[in-house]
Amino acid sequence: MELHYYPGCTLKTKSKNLEDSAIAAMAALGVKLVELPRWNCCGTVYSMADDELVHQLAPVRNLIRAQDEGGDRLVTMCSFCYNTLQRANILVREDQEKRHTLNTFMEEESDYDGGVEPVHLLQVLRDDIGWGRIAEQVKLPLHELKAAPYYGCTLLRPQEAAIDSVERPTILKDMLSAIGADAVDFPYATECCGSFQVVTNPDFVLDCAGNILSSALRRGADVMVNSCPLCDYNLSHRQAELVKRYSGFHEIPVLYFTQLLALALGLGPDACRFDLNYIDPRPLLQSKGLI
Amino acid sequence: MRVEISPRRLNSDFVKKVEEISGETLPSCYQCGKCSAGCPMSFAMDLLPNQVIRLAQLGLEEDIARSRTIWLCASCLTCACRCPRGVDLARIMEALRLLTLRRNEDYVELARIPKETLAELPQLALVSSMRKFTA
Repeated sequence: MELHYYPGCTLKTKSKNLEDSAIAAMAALGVKLVELPRWNCCGTVYSMADDELVHQLAPVRNLIRAQDEGGDRLVTMCSFCYNTLQRANILVREDQEKRHTLNTFMEEESDYDGGVEPVHLLQVLRDDIGWGRIAEQVKLPLHELKAAPYYGCTLLRPQEAAIDSVERPTILKDMLSAIGADAVDFPYATECCGSFQVVTNPDFVLDCAGNILSSALRRGADVMVNSCPLCDYNLSHRQAELVKRYSGFHEIPVLYFTQLLALALGLGPDACRFDLNYIDPRPLLQSKGLI
Repeated sequence: MRVEISPRRLNSDFVKKVEEISGETLPSCYQCGKCSAGCPMSFAMDLLPNQVIRLAQLGLEEDIARSRTIWLCASCLTCACRCPRGVDLARIMEALRLLTLRRNEDYVELARIPKETLAELPQLALVSSMRKFTA
């Protein structure tokens, strides 16, 4: 199976570990991910203003590119890109007047009516391949690894863009179970990490990260698992300060779901790109006998 | 929240503008407080999210402008998903921010962020912050 994917800005820069491990893991599962030609930034956040459309042009243009390639789906690995593309697509599908305005404005592009479905890679794993088939292909079951699935916001909210239950999602946990890891249930799994507030109010975001990480640590988690380059940064980059601030807090590596998937499929630590993680997970994985 | 009887005139033009930008109906909110209960940034806010919408209903534009709450909203949509009245408060927060931004007043200045921080931040953090907080 061949699928077009949309990388987005951060997967090409700070989060190469998400892109590389995703491509390697999917290849091992028989899915070839082909980069969408001539993609542009999706805008990262969906514009919620009802009286302007200029910010919808960027995401919609990417969907037109996917349509021109003849695909009916566009895969994303970054949760932010998924959310923005999905919500822009819902707007095009459901609002005839706005769809007409967008198409008229982009007259050099082919007409678009929302025919391309943006999907997150987790949905491809669940709906196209299936947890059972993934479990069959696991070469290195991640027994002994207690992993806390962290969803954040953009995979689950708003309701119409959610890839799983808004309040009780299981998709990450199900993936972890399929690859033999022990998924840790913790109450902050869907709590916002503070998102882009890290630029303007970094200390408040540190408080948010502290709550989320402490909650997972208290339930015995060895690693956090996520799918968003912004969550990944917010949860990782100031853990040294949290260690000083909270007694009992210790560093916990934050990994992309694709990295653990690639590891379990037997692709080895190099394919997982653990070298690019903010907190090096290799000593911990070594101690568990996984690398 | 404390209620004061005041001779101030309500700004109904403001209410109309917020509704127009957000596409939401302000009177739908009946002040149950579910939004504030679940808001992950409420600990840092001077006005709680439900207080912002109450002030918006009343057209008290200056009270909202004095508060930093709308600039602390991370658009996580927890409030929008939990509201029993189907009010999308995140859209209202966005509309309130846009009223300032559309006057060409930026909330964040790139020049004030240290160079090392700019180099370290992931691209999507910067792009989304600029999209939310600059004109």
